[in-house]
Amino acid sequence: MADDLLKPDELLARTDHRPPATGWMDTPVNIRKGMYCYAANPKSVEYLSLPYARQWNPVEDDWKLPENWKQIIFEGIRDRLDRFRSFKIFMDICVRCGACADKCHFFIGTGDPKNMPVLRAELLRSIYRNDFTTAGKIFGKVAGARPMTAEVLKEWWYYFFQCTECRRCSVFCPYGIDTAEITIIARELLNLLGLNIDWIATPVANCFRTGNHLGIQPHAFKDMLEFFVDDLEEITGIRVEPSFNRKGADILFITPSGDVFADPGTYTCMGYMLLFHYLREKYGFDITWSTYASEGGNFGFFTSHETMKRLNSKMYAEAKRLGVKWILGGECGHMWRVIHQYMDTMNGPADFLEEPVSPITGTKFENARGTKMVHLSEFTADLIKHGKLELDPSRNDNLKVTFHDSCNPARGMGLLDEPRYVIKNVCKHFYEMPPNTIRENTFCCGSGSGLNAGENMELRLSGGLPRANAVKYVHEKHGVNMLACVCAIDRAVLPPLMDYWVPGVDVTGLTELVANALILPGEKERETNLRGEPLPGMEE
Amino acid sequence: MSLKELLKKKETAIVAQWFDRVVNTYQLDTSRFLKSQKDAFANPVGNTLLQGLKAVFDETTDRMDNETVISFLDPIIRIRALQDFSASKAVGFVFFLKEIIREQTAKETQGNAALQAEMLLFESKIDELALTAFDIYMQCREKVYEIKANEVRNRTFTAFHRAGLVADWEEEPRH
Repeated sequence: MADDLLKPDELLARTDHRPPATGWMDTPVNIRKGMYCYAANPKSVEYLSLPYARQWNPVEDDWKLPENWKQIIFEGIRDRLDRFRSFKIFMDICVRCGACADKCHFFIGTGDPKNMPVLRAELLRSIYRNDFTTAGKIFGKVAGARPMTAEVLKEWWYYFFQCTECRRCSVFCPYGIDTAEITIIARELLNLLGLNIDWIATPVANCFRTGNHLGIQPHAFKDMLEFFVDDLEEITGIRVEPSFNRKGADILFITPSGDVFADPGTYTCMGYMLLFHYLREKYGFDITWSTYASEGGNFGFFTSHETMKRLNSKMYAEAKRLGVKWILGGECGHMWRVIHQYMDTMNGPADFLEEPVSPITGTKFENARGTKMVHLSEFTADLIKHGKLELDPSRNDNLKVTFHDSCNPARGMGLLDEPRYVIKNVCKHFYEMPPNTIRENTFCCGSGSGLNAGENMELRLSGGLPRANAVKYVHEKHGVNMLACVCAIDRAVLPPLMDYWVPGVDVTGLTELVANALILPGEKERETNLRGEPLPGMEE
Repeated sequence: MSLKELLKKKETAIVAQWFDRVVNTYQLDTSRFLKSQKDAFANPVGNTLLQGLKAVFDETTDRMDNETVISFLDPIIRIRALQDFSASKAVGFVFFLKEIIREQTAKETQGNAALQAEMLLFESKIDELALTAFDIYMQCREKVYEIKANEVRNRTFTAFHRAGLVADWEEEPRH
């Protein structure tokens, strides 16, 4: 980078471009600007009653650790080995076959070997071997063990916050090791020492206080949706009437707060409002928003199991308070992983709710029997399948669409075909990216798991390279100009990713495309899409 | 034989060696992967390098069309501008070509004044290439900072605007 310019004599001394060939254990960590997120604001850490809230700076030598930090880590590992059998197994069974090594978008994009999932896990495993296995205690380095030091701790922090917990690597592991779970535990351990990043800690504190990551208070949340009501009226001639915190509604709708405040997610949000209005007019669909459970995302998931549980419980507490039958969930990524893989054993069973049944088609969502929460894409696909939506796909004729499978809905809950079915019914031009970059093999956006901050842009852009590279291919081959997705983080981070790698490709949520195509009863002639851009054939 | 013909004859060896040297600017585990994985979507860095270096070499030995050179050099630099390289190391791989060509043509150029004169001209082309690479590098770095700045601006401005805290120009009070 330009800020570490060398003097001419230093330059001459360094004409060899080959990096030093040291083993990974002997290669010290270099905390590089652009690759890490700022340290957690102590106020946020304190608000959550998490330990060791303090000002600290990752690039300074002194991280102001508690004196007994090694003991805390040791006991933290021991405790988790007892509590999580998966963690113990993942520590023991890796044979270092390397099947995962080249599957990580961060390794592929940054070229840093410590981003190979096997090596990232080894950062923690080496300490486990040293402190908890006989072979490691006796043979040390020969058995792949090393003692815990401040350098190791910094290496953990740097690399476990260079993993988006996307689980692509786990798809390729012959032993089924979920490396994301290793990152989850490592981040828990770091949190025992107050070593979170601010982009996670502050949203979590906000969510705990106001119900959403952005800290939007109930009146502002309502105001925002009312701005959308005005916009929608201008576009469609129809005034939608969203309801808030309404007791006795059939269904509670929960979506990421990013949809309410961040473009282009806001257009997806307007899409939800239009769809719900249509369903109410046509079929008496009865749904309410909540200004308290106003966040689907759960950055607690990136902090600790306990924090995830606390944030998730608010959604169900609100469902109980309002007395709804079940919950409909919007286009979010990790919300679905939390719901699908953790909620039932964490805060479930939600037996005060009913098994979700579509009031319009009668379809039983048996897959959501435990959590009582249905994904909007499944719900919409079912509506289309039963011919319940009047659609004019030609309104999306200016779009050549491809679909980015968001990691969590795709790998975390198997939502692969429903979004595609919806897109194909609302757009005429749909093109898949190459098979090894979609569905279960999808490449992460590079900014998930709380890494969508601004200060780590180099990390985000390099981690997003494999995804962008596949988009570039369909952009050049088929003229694809729209990247659809079902995740709020994707909607926030894919636009800058496209700006850097594939200019000319825009980003949309699924429901925005649906709402553009949806023919509302009594609407005026639609001239623009939800973005206010002229519809095909309506250009001046 | 002219230098151009000589370089064409040795193209495969030169490009392979150039690719090898660029790949070796990465750590050992990474360079092994960059060389071995042939799928363009599983290994975008290796693939971009291989395609790009070949095309840039072709262009340098041919008409050196600036736009074509940029179109192949850009994807390589775009990647290296984000990775753990200083500016000089991100673009310095262009100069590897000088050494490689000197090595590859040493026998033929020895005592051949005409070839040596051509070689000097050709090396100037590589210098030009390096300057172009530097321009691209700067554009990429500026783009990164532009994206960072826009993110901050959009986040705050859009929120303020939606909250009605920003007065539109038309609504400015008249004095």
